[in-house]
Amino acid sequence: MGNKLLGWVDDRFPLMKMWNEHLAEYYTPKNFNFWYFFGSLALLVLVIQIVSGIFLTMHYKPDGELAFASVEYIMRDVPYGWLIRYIHSTGATAFFIVVYLHMFRGLMYGSYKKPRELIWLFGMFIYLALMAEAFMGYLLPWGQMSYWGAQVIISLFSAIPVIGDDLTLWIRGDFVISDATLNRFFALHVIALPFVIVFLVVAHILALHEVGSNNPDGVEIKKNKDSNGIPLDGIPFHPYYTVKDIVGVVVFLFFFSVVMFYFPDGGGYFLEHANFIASDPLKTPEHIAPVWYFTPFYAILRAVPDKLMGVGAMGAAIVVLFFLPWIDRCKVKSIRYRSGIYKINLVVFAVTFVVLGWLAMQPVTDTITNLSRLFTFLYFAFFGVLFVTSKNENTKPVPDRVTS
Amino acid sequence: MKKYILILLLAIFPATSFASSGVHLDTAPIDIYDKDSIKRGAKSFADYCFSCHSAKFMRFNRIAKDTGMSEEEVREMMIFTRNKKGKATKIGDLMTVSMTEDYARSTFGTAVPDLSLTARARGADWLYTYLRTFYADAYRPTGMNNIAFPDVGMPHVLGQLQGIQKPVYVTEDHNGVAVERIEGFETVQAGSMTTEEYDAFVADLVNFMVYLAEPVQTERRDMGVYVLIFLAIFFVFAYLLKKEYWKDVH
Repeated sequence: MGNKLLGWVDDRFPLMKMWNEHLAEYYTPKNFNFWYFFGSLALLVLVIQIVSGIFLTMHYKPDGELAFASVEYIMRDVPYGWLIRYIHSTGATAFFIVVYLHMFRGLMYGSYKKPRELIWLFGMFIYLALMAEAFMGYLLPWGQMSYWGAQVIISLFSAIPVIGDDLTLWIRGDFVISDATLNRFFALHVIALPFVIVFLVVAHILALHEVGSNNPDGVEIKKNKDSNGIPLDGIPFHPYYTVKDIVGVVVFLFFFSVVMFYFPDGGGYFLEHANFIASDPLKTPEHIAPVWYFTPFYAILRAVPDKLMGVGAMGAAIVVLFFLPWIDRCKVKSIRYRSGIYKINLVVFAVTFVVLGWLAMQPVTDTITNLSRLFTFLYFAFFGVLFVTSKNENTKPVPDRVTS
Repeated sequence: MKKYILILLLAIFPATSFASSGVHLDTAPIDIYDKDSIKRGAKSFADYCFSCHSAKFMRFNRIAKDTGMSEEEVREMMIFTRNKKGKATKIGDLMTVSMTEDYARSTFGTAVPDLSLTARARGADWLYTYLRTFYADAYRPTGMNNIAFPDVGMPHVLGQLQGIQKPVYVTEDHNGVAVERIEGFETVQAGSMTTEEYDAFVADLVNFMVYLAEPVQTERRDMGVYVLIFLAIFFVFAYLLKKEYWKDVH
C-alpha cells in the first residue's frame, strides 16, 4: 500500500529523487566534527521561530495602543502563551549564537573558498536578513528599549548625505517611531523577511549540495571515488548524519531549555529590563544598548567620532565579510594545514568580536572609547593581514584523503 | 535536586545586574515559592499601593489561583471598586484603579506608574531598597525624599509603619571640595513597626511584586526540571542510536 502510494506520487512528483539527492544519496565527508552541528541547528531554530511566531501572531496586536498590553496578555492569559513567547525570544538569541558559530566554522575550515563562494554569499545574505528580522521583531513588544533602540538605529540612516532625512522618514512612515512604524515592521517581520530567509536558506542548501560539503581537513572528497562513483570518504547524509544531528539537537535543546525555563531574560541581555516599561516617546532610557547580537557592530559605530563615518565603518564591518572568499587568497582551506600567522590572526579576530560586543554594552567613558577604537582597528586588521599574508602563505602539505 | 540545578545554573549565569546610577542596593530576602509571604504581600499591596497604583495586566482571580486563596478571600482582600458600568468589580477583571491620570498629575506632578511589571523593570533589590530609604527632606513637596529614587513624587505611604527617618551625613573631601554624603539614617519619629518588622513587611510586599511581574515563574521553573530530565534521557538513546549506526564507518 505504502509503496503503491509512493509510486503514484513519484510518477507525478520527484519525491524519491529529491530524497536521494539531498539525504539518502548525498555523500557527506565522514570526518565532520563538533563544529558541523551548527548548520542543522540553524535550520532547527528557523523552524522553531516560524512555528512559535505563528502562534504569537494569533494573540499579538500590532497597534501602538495595544501592543505592549497584548504581550503581557500572552504572558498571563493565553494558555502556555508565556512558553511560546519565551521559546521565540530565546530562539532569537539561539539563532545568532548558532549562526555565529556556523560562520566561525566557515572561517576555520575555509568553507567559503572555491568552489563554495556562492554558499558563503547566500549565507551572508541570510545573516543580513536575519539581522533585519531580529531588529524589526524587537520593536514589536513596544517597550522602552524596543522604541528607543529602533529610534537610534533608524536615525543612523539620516547620516547618509542628501537623501538621509527623507529616507528615515520613509522607513518610519512618520516623524518619530509610531504606530505606523510598528505596523510596517510587523508586516515585514512576520511575512516579508521570513519569506526571504526561507528562500535564501533553500538556495544556501541547494548550492551546498551542488558542490558538496567541505570538511575539517579541507579535502575535496569527490576527488577520490570508488568504481560506483561514490566518494571513498563520503557517507550518505541519511542515516549517518541525521542520527548524529539528533544528538546535537538534543544537546542544543538542553541548553535552550536551561535558558528558557531559568533565565528567559538572560540577566537583562536577552530581554532588556527597560523593555518591561511600555514605550514612552517623551522619556529616554538612561542607557540605550542594542540586544547582544548587534553589539559588536554597535561598538564600531560608537568608536568613530563622525556620525557618517561611524555608520560607514559599521556598514563596512558587515560588507567586508561578503568578500572573504576573495580576500583570503590561500589555496589551502583548513586551519589544520595553514600557517601560524593565520591561526593567530583568526584567534585575534574571534577575541576582537567578543570584546567589541562587551564594549558596546558599557557606558561611554574615555577608556571604553579608546578600547573600542583599538578593537575596531583590530577587526579590520584581520582582513588586511589576511589579504597580504594569504597569497604566499607558509602552509603544511594537505593530505589526499580525510584524516579519520 | 531542584535546588542543586538552580545553584549550578546561577553559577554559570552571573546574577542579574541592573543599570543604575550607582546606588548601593540591599539584597531583597525573598522566596518566590513562599506562598504565605506572597499572600501577606498581596494584602499589603491592596492596603497601601492599590489605591493609586494599578496592576492592569493582572487579573484578581489569577492571584487566587496561584496562591491557593479562594476567590471570595481575594475579593474581600483586594476589591474595593466598581467597574465602568457601576457594578461591583468582577473577580476575573484586570486590576485597575479609579484614579485618573489627570488627577495624579495635578496631585503628585506625575502619572502614577502601573506596578504589574515594576519588579522586572527595576529589580527586586531596587524595590526593597526604595521602599526602605525614604527620608525627611524639607525641600520636597511631600517632605520626603528617597535614596534609590532621588526626588521621587510619591509620598512615603508606609511612613506610619516605618516611622520617619532623617539622613546622617558625613563630609568627604573630593579633590579639595567638601561633599556631604548620606551615610545612614536616624529615626526622628517611630512608626508602628520595629525595623525588623518593617523590613519583613517590605520583603513580603516585594515578593508579591516579583510574583506579580511574572505570575508563571514558579510553574516555569518546575516545568523546566521535567523537560531537562526528559532531554537527558533522550540524549542517552540518541547517542546509542548514533553509535549503533556509526559502527561501520571508518
